[in-house]
Amino acid sequence: MALHVLYFAWVKDKVGRGEETLSPPPAVKTVSALMDWLATQSPGHAAAFSDRRLIKAAVDQQHVDHGAALDGAGEVAFFPPVTGG
Amino acid sequence: MVRVQKHAFDPGAEINAFLATVPKSGGVATFVGQVRDFKGAETVHAMTLEHYPGMAEREFAALAAEARRRWVLDGLLIIHRYGELRPPEPIVLVATAAAHRADAFAACEFLMDWLKTKAPFWKKEAFESGETWVASSADDEARAQRWK
Repeated sequence: MALHVLYFAWVKDKVGRGEETLSPPPAVKTVSALMDWLATQSPGHAAAFSDRRLIKAAVDQQHVDHGAALDGAGEVAFFPPVTGG
Repeated sequence: MVRVQKHAFDPGAEINAFLATVPKSGGVATFVGQVRDFKGAETVHAMTLEHYPGMAEREFAALAAEARRRWVLDGLLIIHRYGELRPPEPIVLVATAAAHRADAFAACEFLMDWLKTKAPFWKKEAFESGETWVASSADDEARAQRWK
């Protein structure tokens, strides 16, 4: 199933793009598994996801933990801890 | 009301417009965050604020709802910019109106503390030596935790 994946800040810089539409294999059922799979997609992705402790995630625009299920999600975003305000 | 916008805003004009909507409130608290022109010994020439369109508005709406659940507020305003900013332009304005100052102060501080750790914005500072993404601060995280 097509999944819209977004990247922000230095995660975007390392991946080399801000968004892409991908079709991960059915075995990819959690945010954590998606990061494992994304890291295999290119050297840029591998660099972005080399230290997962630095990465936050949102599923369908809601903050989630890495263990969260993808469960038919349409949009997943990866980014560093936020620094607005 | 929450607004995420690229263009600059005038805090004085925004606060006056907000006050006009809450004539019966005894206390109004406001906070303005500005772009600093220094980090340590280095001069900051400009700042770029990246944001997650859609989620930013949703997070602000959720924050506003949480503030209204915790305190009795007559009105609430959040304005946050994205894009290119220069020192000392305002980045964010939070205003809260209540019958008395205690609720207004507390809600305003809560909104800023949670916004700092939840609203999907990322700052990049431009120095003479180049650009760097701002790292999140443990102090901001500790301040947000106080409101759990």
